[in-house]
Amino acid sequence: MLRFIVSKFLYMLLSLFLLITATFMLMNAVPGSPLQSEKATSEAVQKNLEAYYGLDKPLIVQYGKYMNNLLHGDMGISMKKKFQSVDKMIADSFGPSLRLGISAVITAVVVGCILGIIAAMYHRKLLDNLAMIIAVIGLAIPSIVLGPLLQYTLAFKLRWFEVSGLEGPLDYVLPTIALASGPIAFIARLLRSTMIEVLNADFIKTAKSKGLSGYVIIVRHALRNSMLPVITYLGPLTAGIITGSVVIEKIFAIPGIGKYFVQSVIDRDYPLIMGITIFYAVILMVSRFLADVAYVLVDPRMRASGGKGAK
Amino acid sequence: MKGNFKKPVHFMLVLVIAFSMLLAACSGNNNGGNNAQDPANNGANNGAAEENKTPQEFRFTLASEPPSLDPALMTDAQSSIVAAGLYEGLTRLNTKGEPENALAQEIITEDNQNYTIKLRQDAKWSNGDPVTAKDFEFAWKRALNPETASEYAYMLFYLENGEKYNAGEASADDVGVKATDDYTLEVKLYTPAPYFTSLLSHYTYLPVHQATVEGAADWAAEANTIVSNGPFRLTEWKHADKLVLEKNPDYYNADAINFTKVTISLVEDENTVYQMYETDKIDWIGAQAGSVPSDLIPQLVEQKKAEITAVASTYYYLFNNNKVPFNNVNVRKAFSMSIDRQALIDNVAKANQTPAFGLVPPSIAGPEGKMFREVYPDTGFSTENVEEAKALLAKGLQELGLSEFPEVTLLYNTSEGHKAIAEAAVDMWRTNLGVEVKLANQEWGTFLETRKAGQFDIARSGWGADINHPINFTYDLIYSKSGNNDGKYNNPAVDKLLDDSLVSSSAEESMAKMAEAEKIALSDDMAVLPMYYYTTVTMIKPGFEGVISDYAGHIDWVHGSKK
Repeated sequence: MLRFIVSKFLYMLLSLFLLITATFMLMNAVPGSPLQSEKATSEAVQKNLEAYYGLDKPLIVQYGKYMNNLLHGDMGISMKKKFQSVDKMIADSFGPSLRLGISAVITAVVVGCILGIIAAMYHRKLLDNLAMIIAVIGLAIPSIVLGPLLQYTLAFKLRWFEVSGLEGPLDYVLPTIALASGPIAFIARLLRSTMIEVLNADFIKTAKSKGLSGYVIIVRHALRNSMLPVITYLGPLTAGIITGSVVIEKIFAIPGIGKYFVQSVIDRDYPLIMGITIFYAVILMVSRFLADVAYVLVDPRMRASGGKGAK
Repeated sequence: MKGNFKKPVHFMLVLVIAFSMLLAACSGNNNGGNNAQDPANNGANNGAAEENKTPQEFRFTLASEPPSLDPALMTDAQSSIVAAGLYEGLTRLNTKGEPENALAQEIITEDNQNYTIKLRQDAKWSNGDPVTAKDFEFAWKRALNPETASEYAYMLFYLENGEKYNAGEASADDVGVKATDDYTLEVKLYTPAPYFTSLLSHYTYLPVHQATVEGAADWAAEANTIVSNGPFRLTEWKHADKLVLEKNPDYYNADAINFTKVTISLVEDENTVYQMYETDKIDWIGAQAGSVPSDLIPQLVEQKKAEITAVASTYYYLFNNNKVPFNNVNVRKAFSMSIDRQALIDNVAKANQTPAFGLVPPSIAGPEGKMFREVYPDTGFSTENVEEAKALLAKGLQELGLSEFPEVTLLYNTSEGHKAIAEAAVDMWRTNLGVEVKLANQEWGTFLETRKAGQFDIARSGWGADINHPINFTYDLIYSKSGNNDGKYNNPAVDKLLDDSLVSSSAEESMAKMAEAEKIALSDDMAVLPMYYYTTVTMIKPGFEGVISDYAGHIDWVHGSKK
């Protein structure tokens, strides 16, 4: 068990190092530079700028310097947002994304599970069809459409909510629905199919024949045994949602981290590109790592084999 | 059996409710924090304005946050819009785009090259220090200092030895600016510049507070470390979210300032901006402060809810003057004459832009208090004539010794708007000239590099003004050695006119030479293909006055008021 965790952790560090190196080199290989502007400046101005940001040095020197700073916990300052430090930009903008993300993940899991359970219990009945219709709609309408639609109808026309911002609790409702609708549908369908299988399994029949109540069967036996795929999905889902949604944050004017992800690349803001990529990578890797660990904890078969089956 | 299964549903419902309460509690705390802050702000606000008038708030959006509020490092519209309220320079442009004295009390010059500027003595920094001539000398030399790495340092190359100091070839003492006493600034330019008083209103010429700047390189990155001298102070800067400015009670001309609070939210999506306006969250859209969704423009203009204003920017296509077939003037003319600009504006661009045949936009000031284009209209530069275009194309191809039109590509930077215009242009060339032009698009950074390297046949371009003067569109774009002349247009006669315009004895004569140069480059040589002069669509809530789109199409909110 411990060995499994340690080896997973070392792999994580190695991938992170490779990712940082690859991003650094690729970013510099892309045409364009953070110092370029549409209006031509003078040669002297360009030289001064390059010297200031160290871009006049050979790439390998820049890389060495960056890695050294990074090891000392310094991600540098943005080249476009003058004198804003990258770590502060990430810290400031991650708050709103995290809060909204948690709200969306919880909504997705809770609503997705309810729909999935209902659908499985009333397999091939009206409620099943209803739940699956909701799920299909959720999957079919991308958040890029659902977001503006909710904004236009519920906020702009009906004035039930604010059009934009993330100040009061009510402001979370629309972006949360927009973010969670896809995952809700996915979780519902995932849970439904595994649960239908589990409900037909022998041990459930045994439990029923022993006279256990429906509630106990569902929660203690069926649900627990059907949750594995959902938990596996939960890692990437959480990482994906809490690192911010570019589109949803743009539509609802949420000061989150999502916009930096795209804007930093358009701006060729090297330190910010690196900072955001590393931050995203760490979140993704850690959530995968935790999901792996959770997997081992939940699945008794894994525990028995010391996690060797976790691949 | 069904009855039994209802229970877990209840259980889940309880869970949902529990979670939502938890969430509400989390957010509730945040909200509480904000509320606690607001009354404090309002309190300060009321205190400042108590003997004045009732509080007036003005709200608008910017699509992205100002990259810098340090005058030496600013390069963009967002920064300049905020800086206009935050700082005060020697001059300020009035609503007609003409420079008026601000901190300068008197600007004396005989030759447009040597200036003596007397400053007013009652201006203060937000920390109470007086604003002196030394602050200007320090600010200008700092922007020119190679170590500051200012991108807009070239705006100060007008100063004698400014460029040399920036290139490390002269010392700071050689630069042509000196504070001879606390309130007198002596300025020496390397060449006469009749428009220097306009230049003085540009943000690179704003003063900075020496002790603050020397104290911390990141002094301008947060609201509480900025020391400014303008009509407003920055009281809150929540990065990526909003900026709040409040009236500066110590501003020397505080009586002329009506807004007590100005809130600038950072909102990127234009539909969201529009919905915020309609739900009364903001008071203004347009002029770089949000944009009206293009599909709503015709309807809003018709209802008189939106207004269209000319902007000092030109949309044009660059011809590669060094490459077959666009090294031939007749081919260039044929391409320009076969474009129906009005149709393109009406059907594609859709914001009532003005068809362009020259480069200097209509909102740029000209001689004797008139507009440049009033005195030197561009209407005679070229005509749109399909038959003539066909003949010119045939003639051009013959001159080039080509039997058929070679394969050429129109390059533009990736955007839906540019794509639509490019497709329309290609269609017009196909229909009118019978030639096939390919389309290619590149992401902005790559596009700039390709265009700068001259790796194109036709490339999309747009140009805006830094100062309210035709030099922006002549010297910058058609002078053979200009770094912005990406089509590599080269005509010695034009170069000579532009060189002469800089040393002309009067502002009128200088402009006449620029006008002549523009006429040769566009009418005779068709150096580039001008498409249209930009406009901006603005909306303002009833009751507000004095907020305008300035000559460059930037919101000018500083002297606005609310009834």
